[in-house]
Parts: sequence; structure tokens; C-alpha cells
Amino acid sequence: MTQLYDTITTHFGPAAIPGNTLSGETVRELTVPRESFADAARLMKKAGARLAAEWGVDESALGRGFALFACYALASEYLLVRCTLPLEDPTFPSLTREYIPAFRFERQIHSLMGLLPTGHVHSDLRPWIKFEDWPADAWPLRKSFAAGQRLPRVAGEYRWARVSGEGVYEIPVGPVHAGIIEPGHFRFQAVGEDIINLEERLGYTHKGIEKRFETLSPADGARLAGRVSGDSTVGHALTYCRALEALSSCQPPPRALWLRALFLERERIANHLGDIGAIANDAAFAFILCQLSRLKERILRTNQQLFGHRYLMDRVVPGGVSADLPPDGAAKIRQELDWLVDEFERIIAIYDLNPSLEDRLRTTGVLRPDLARELGTVGYVARASGQHLDCRIQNPFPPYDQIPPVEVVLNSCDVHARAWVRVEEVRDSVRLIRAFLETFPAGELRAPCGAAPAFCSAFSSVEGWRGEILYWLQSGINGEINRCTIRDPASVNWLALEQAVLGNIVPDFPLCNKSFNQSYSGHDL
Amino acid sequence: MLKILHQIFRTGIVTEPLPEPVEAEIAVVGKRLEEAVLRRFSRSLAIREVDAGSCNGCELEIIAMNNPIYNCERFGMQFTASPRFADLLLVTGPVSVNMEIALRRTYDATPDPKLVIAVGDCGCNGGVFGESYASLGAVSNIIPVDACIPGCPPTPFDLLNGILRLINGQQPRQHHLETGSNLG
Repeated sequence: MTQLYDTITTHFGPAAIPGNTLSGETVRELTVPRESFADAARLMKKAGARLAAEWGVDESALGRGFALFACYALASEYLLVRCTLPLEDPTFPSLTREYIPAFRFERQIHSLMGLLPTGHVHSDLRPWIKFEDWPADAWPLRKSFAAGQRLPRVAGEYRWARVSGEGVYEIPVGPVHAGIIEPGHFRFQAVGEDIINLEERLGYTHKGIEKRFETLSPADGARLAGRVSGDSTVGHALTYCRALEALSSCQPPPRALWLRALFLERERIANHLGDIGAIANDAAFAFILCQLSRLKERILRTNQQLFGHRYLMDRVVPGGVSADLPPDGAAKIRQELDWLVDEFERIIAIYDLNPSLEDRLRTTGVLRPDLARELGTVGYVARASGQHLDCRIQNPFPPYDQIPPVEVVLNSCDVHARAWVRVEEVRDSVRLIRAFLETFPAGELRAPCGAAPAFCSAFSSVEGWRGEILYWLQSGINGEINRCTIRDPASVNWLALEQAVLGNIVPDFPLCNKSFNQSYSGHDL
Repeated sequence: MLKILHQIFRTGIVTEPLPEPVEAEIAVVGKRLEEAVLRRFSRSLAIREVDAGSCNGCELEIIAMNNPIYNCERFGMQFTASPRFADLLLVTGPVSVNMEIALRRTYDATPDPKLVIAVGDCGCNGGVFGESYASLGAVSNIIPVDACIPGCPPTPFDLLNGILRLINGQQPRQHHLETGSNLG
């Protein structure tokens, strides 16, 4: 449980200083000297940890310069390794030599916070999320940057990866796509029908969410967190609230914990039903989509009827929940689930027995297990490529500690596996919800969530339907939000899509993309 | 194949009639098109959805409009892949700085006469994201908007009712938005 922590403290001795992240015993923080920041990464890599997140913090309000954090994860342990950057020299050793996902994290840190990764490995400092038509020295996450200002558009050019050779051509797609989906740009290089390179360009839905958190009271932050990625509103609001509760030592009552888990599993079922249908639809099997969207609609309507919102927005609040299970609620949910399971199994039998669908889904968009691990993927993307990652199992909070989920890990690594992980997870979420209802505690819905102490930080992780969501929350001098950093599953999983499509044909891209179904808004923030 | 047919017949037709709205879920803000044009649209309305920076919540409900229960195609509404043959832009927001140019180009690429509906609280007035260095707020700050359908997110029935009321030439009641400041 303290393997990563021990590795660093053994190696660095007194040079590694424990920090004050408040988040339970599986999360620890260590500050190391800046020049050793990459050495720590080497040790973590050797220990088998993944780089879960990397972010910068402007601590000038706390009388310091900048801080840089890298979050490593191994089994149930999270270790936050921090280093301090002086104001006059905001540079840090790049982690890209050890960790591939650091490329994107560090481009983002450089673009939005103006901290420069050094070391000869980092060759890619093109803006990320920030666009080339922003002034180069506009660093919104710095305290000196006024959130409300309008930036002038400047001339600039984005350097795309180029592929040359006989018969190579390029297909630009987006940001406005053909379907009803979020905006993003994909650039394919292809020969014939084969994709030989895909470069993503994201950031179109950047709304300044992390900066906006700094202007809100901690209590109001939950509403914003619930809109980081609308389809994961429960997951994000819950992760935020758990960080805030750790920060202000608030303990939500048991009934609230059960309701939160109920909401989280209902969100998982609804989204998985939609996704399985959409994957089949992209293989021209619209029947499955029509049938499953009917099931999804029933879930949403029960949500509306019992809890007052189809997607359960604003139902998770600091200290607990804002909606109770009505007296007849358990019976209604059981009835709904009985109907759902019966219908679901009929439809999935048809899905499973359709050879032409199988032909499209199997061996398409393969993400090899070693790549899934190297890229730090999470959620069903990771589990469909043999990775044993599920926060509900590794970092359970009640009721998951008493009613654990069944881990669903598959090894075929293709579109089919990503769809089938969802099928199994729908079945398991139904089982979990039934078990929650058997043990539903009585009592209060909400505990008072007091003010956060000054200059503290807290970290939380929750397995949303798409995968591990991370929040790191830091309070300022009056307990206000000094920094709220968000790592949606999409921030790492988008990297894997670029790799999974290589060698596939261009017409299979929508299918691959749908099987990942990553959030643009959750990534762009 | 038999299983598919069996399931289809078991399921039957699940499309529901559109309930009368309890209150008007739409606020008309722009200059209305000629009645004749609106009547023509009402039989065949090609819609291009544009996510100009939303959290994707509104997209969930716009997708749901297409499911067998809401079945927007029964009203002649179709979602098109290109603005080039769209009659109506359904725009969700807030408009991000990084989507401003793409939104303007999509608007320009849509042939006249055209309608624009801003969807969701964020599309109507910026919502929780407001206006900032990265968010330009309401859709009407960027392109002319004919109507707003508020909600976070508006339900599929809200959306269907809103669109139908706009194109059928009924006079929708003015709807007061709690935090709306960009309705003019």
C-alpha cells in the first residue's frame, strides 16, 4: 500500500518531504528537489507505476512560485510527487523520457500555465488546448491572468505531422462532424484505404473550467463539476465533492453514500446502453441502437420520476445528495431492472449471434495490452486490453467496500472487447444496484460541509462510467479554491485512439472512435 | 433473423404522442421568417446540429430526439451531415473561443432562408460557464438567433415542442429565462 512512497523515501531520504494532501491513506504527497523530478519518474516507472496525471499550480497567492505535480498510481496507491519552481525560472524536467502520456500533459501545462518542460526528449511544444491564434504569452491558469479578459486573435500556424510518399493523401475531419457529437479535429494520412497516421487536435470545447473554479465558492463548484462532461455528471460531481469533503473533513451520512453509488451505477448503465447501440449502429445494425435506446430512455425516465432529473445533474452535492429514494422507489427500481434485464438479454443474444456484426467488430481497432499500459489508459478502454484497473475495486468507498463490483477484463483488445466490457458491466451494475437496495441505510441525506482550512489540498478518484476520474483541489488563504485540477479519463484515452486505428481502414474509424467514445469537453476543460 | 423479427414484433411501435407543453419552452428572439417559408419547412426540416462548446449534455437529448420513442422524423425533421443542405441550425453552447470561427463558417455555409435555435441554458445565456477568456457565452453573441430553448439540458419533448412551435407559425408565449440577459 505504500510501495511507491517507500521507493521515493528510501532513495531520496530527507530530501523527500511529505506534503499535506488530505485524502485517506492510499494517497500520499512528497516534495522532491526540482532537479530530481525526472529521477523520481524513473523510479516510479521501474516500480511499475503509471503516470495518472501531471499538472502545474500557481502558488504565488501562497507566497511561493509554481508547483508541479506528477500523480503516479500502482494498484490502490496514488503518490503525488511535487516539485517547486521559482517564479523567475518556471522550468521543470520533462517526464517524457519515462512516460508517453507526459507529452500531452506537458504540452497542456506549457500552454495554459506557461511552465517550460526541459530536457532534450521533449521536442513537441506545440500549443495544446490553447490554439495558435492565442497570444503565445497568454497563460490563463496563472494568477496574474484575469479570467474575464478577451484575448486578441493573432496570426499563427499549427504544424501538423506530415507523411509523404507515393500515394499518401490526407483527410481532414472536423471540428464540426457529420453526426450529433462534440467538436474535434482528426487528420488522417492514408494510403488507399489504410490509415498510416492519425493526429488528433482537440481543445475546441475549452471553456476555461479550471480557471472558472477559482472564481466560485467551494459549494458552488459542485454544479460546475457536474457540467465538465454532461454524460458523466454524477461521476464528476462525486469526484469533486469527495475531494472537497476530504478538504473540509466532512463525512457524508451512509444513506447519501448508498444513493451516490446508486446514481453512479445508473449513469453507467444508461451510457453503456447508448454506447453498445451506437457501436452496432456504426456497423449499420440500427436495430440494436433502436432497441437499446428504448431501454436507456426507461432508465432516464425512472431517474426523472424518482430523483427529479433525467441525468441526475446536481443530485450529488457537497456533504451528501440532494434527492432521496422515495418510499416506493426501491420497488420501482427493482421492477425497472427486471424488465431491463429481460429485454437486454434478448437484444444482446441477437447482437452476439450476428456474424456480419462480428465480422466488423472483431480484430478492428486493436489496442495492444503493452500500449494500453504505456499510454496510461483507464476505464473500459484499459479493461478491454487486459488492464486490471477499476477504482471501485482498488479504491472503494462505501458501499463498494461491502458490495464489490466484479472486475471485467478482456484480452481481445478490439472494438468487440470494448463493447463487450460494457455488456458485462451493465449486467454487473444491475447486480450492484439490487444489492444496494437490499442494504439501503436509513438516515440523513446530507452532512454540513464546513469551510476548508487554508492552504490545504485534497485528491480524489472515482470510477465514472468512462473510467477513473481524478480531482485535485487546493484551498487558498480564506479556504477558497486556489486550484482545481481535473483529469477526465478522456485526457489519457484519446492518446490510445490514435494508436488503435493504425493499419485499419478509414471507413472503420467511426467504429473505432465510437468504441472509445471519449469526452471532448472532459478533455478540453 | 427470426429473433430480430420476433423482437421487432414483440416491441411494436413505441413512439409516443407529443404532449401539450405545460408552459412554453421556447423564447423567440429573432425576426420571424415569412409564414409561407415556415409552412414549407414544417413538412421537411433539415437540421444541422452544431456543438459550439457544450458539456455534451444537450447532445444526449438531441440524440434522444432521434430514438424510436421521440422519433422526430415523424414530423419531417431530419438531422443532416452538412450545413450545406440544412434549414435549421441547432446550436448548443456556450460558444467557446476555439469554436467561434467554425460556428461562423457553419452559419455562412447554411443557405438562406435559415433558422437558428440556441439550445440549453448555456446556448441561451452562457449558463454556468458564463463569459470568460475561453467562453463567449450565448450563441446570439456570435450569430443571429431566432429562438432559444432553455434547460439543462432541455428534454427531447422540450426540443420537439420548441422546434415545432417555431416552424408551425404558432405564436409562442414569451418565456422568461431566470438568468437570461442576452435575449435581445
